[in-house]
Amino acid sequence: MSVAVEIEKLTKSFHVRAKHKTVALNEVDLKIQQGEMVALIGPSGSGKSTLLRHVGGLVQADKTSGPIQVLGETVQCRGKLNSNIRRQRAQIGFIFQQFNLIGRLTVLRNVLLGRLGRTPRWRGSLGLFTHQERAMAVTALQRVGLAELALQRASTLSGGQQQRVAIARALTQQARLLLADEPIASLDPEAARRVMETLKDIHERDKRTVIVTLHQVEYALKYCQRAIALNNGRIVFDGPASELTPATLNNLYGVSHLERVEEAGSGKIGSLQPSAA
Amino acid sequence: MAENALSAALPQDQSALKKTMNLFLWGLILAVLAWSWEGAEMRPMALWADSSNMGIFAADFFPPNFRDWRLYLEETIVTFQIAIWGTLLAIVFAIPLGILSSENVVPWWIYQPVRRLMDAARAINEMVFAMLFVVAVGLGPFAGVLALFVHTTGVLAKLFSEAVEAIEPGPVEGVRATGASALQEVIYGIIPQVLPLWISYSLYRFESNVRSASVVGMVGAGGIGVILWESIRGFMFPETCAVMIIIIATVTCTDILSQRIRKKFI
Repeated sequence: MSVAVEIEKLTKSFHVRAKHKTVALNEVDLKIQQGEMVALIGPSGSGKSTLLRHVGGLVQADKTSGPIQVLGETVQCRGKLNSNIRRQRAQIGFIFQQFNLIGRLTVLRNVLLGRLGRTPRWRGSLGLFTHQERAMAVTALQRVGLAELALQRASTLSGGQQQRVAIARALTQQARLLLADEPIASLDPEAARRVMETLKDIHERDKRTVIVTLHQVEYALKYCQRAIALNNGRIVFDGPASELTPATLNNLYGVSHLERVEEAGSGKIGSLQPSAA
Repeated sequence: MAENALSAALPQDQSALKKTMNLFLWGLILAVLAWSWEGAEMRPMALWADSSNMGIFAADFFPPNFRDWRLYLEETIVTFQIAIWGTLLAIVFAIPLGILSSENVVPWWIYQPVRRLMDAARAINEMVFAMLFVVAVGLGPFAGVLALFVHTTGVLAKLFSEAVEAIEPGPVEGVRATGASALQEVIYGIIPQVLPLWISYSLYRFESNVRSASVVGMVGAGGIGVILWESIRGFMFPETCAVMIIIIATVTCTDILSQRIRKKFI
């Protein structure tokens, strides 16, 4: 099995004020094989979203960082994006917490935008998509169960539906690696379940590598084999998701955190951010 | 007692210094108003003193003389045509220039020079540009088109870029993540978000360009303004009145028309 993502010594710091910086990621090393479904967990501010955005080539790391390789090609190294970054982004599907669809365009057109990285630029810019590409977009919409809404404006859909449109966009993109950044944080439990089922289906049927950041451990346990936990910009746990017992979480995030989880209660194994979502 | 409790609950931010500053500010505003009164030689009493003259003058305008209405109508249509092309060219140029003066799209060494250029285009009034273009391309409506075009480009580029700077960054990132080019990020990520505002601004500028086109003729740049100027200079007040009525009707029609279009798009 070949490597999907390989990260070496990834460091990222943000300058909050002059001469005052916070380190979001601190020399993170990570390797993910093709065909894995991995959960990145951690409380907000732990660096999980930042990590994912680096892999997608949406932010640049510090100059001291090593290379980030995706599917055998370097996305960025020492804080410099590969000059071919647009072609690489086409290989990487990115699902955002706020869906990031174009509200005024139709659902179908939003899904077709997934082809932009793979069609000649002039054709993509003029919006002249081929019959085959349209068929591909409709198929993707059928798969997420939204084909009948294809001609509606994206802004008229519910949050869960919009997120599934975003997944259809990534499908149409034929992305080999799917990065989902808090895909269910803004959704109600039923919509969240459908989105996670869709991601799992893509992972299982299409054998795609999926990396998903979550702050609710129960979803990681249910849908992912492997879990990586971050805290303060470092990896503090990397192993089978089933090992994420309340005791382990307690060790990772401290007693105070567990207390907060128990306050949120209702028998859940643990939400790292009970107040969020 | 209740009042005391209330004033204690409210934060005491009106310090003495702040009050003095407020007073000073009001004083300054009044001083500027008084100073401008002098400079502008304001004489409201003149309206009163010369009211009988003005009555006679106003009476000269009536009844309006529509004898040459065919000519007026023809020139009004030309005025309209000047406004259409002046605005259209401005919109076409303001789209790229507006994007190039948005600080969330391009680096400072692009948006700063482009903005300054647009400032210059905006700073000079259409009438001044009209005079210059009459010299450059000769008398006639084309000079008027160019004058409106340059000035309106400056205005629209600024308004367009303000809309671009207020967009949601999320959708742009969504497009970027698909591997789209920079131009495609603009086409799909930015333009759909700003389109309603852009249409609204463009229609408003079209309305004001119809008004402006009716005066650029005064300096020889074509349209109804030529006739207006000739009749004022010739003390032909009934004719002047007729032309003014036609201009008012045209502007009103444009307003109603653009209102309709705006509703359709937004």
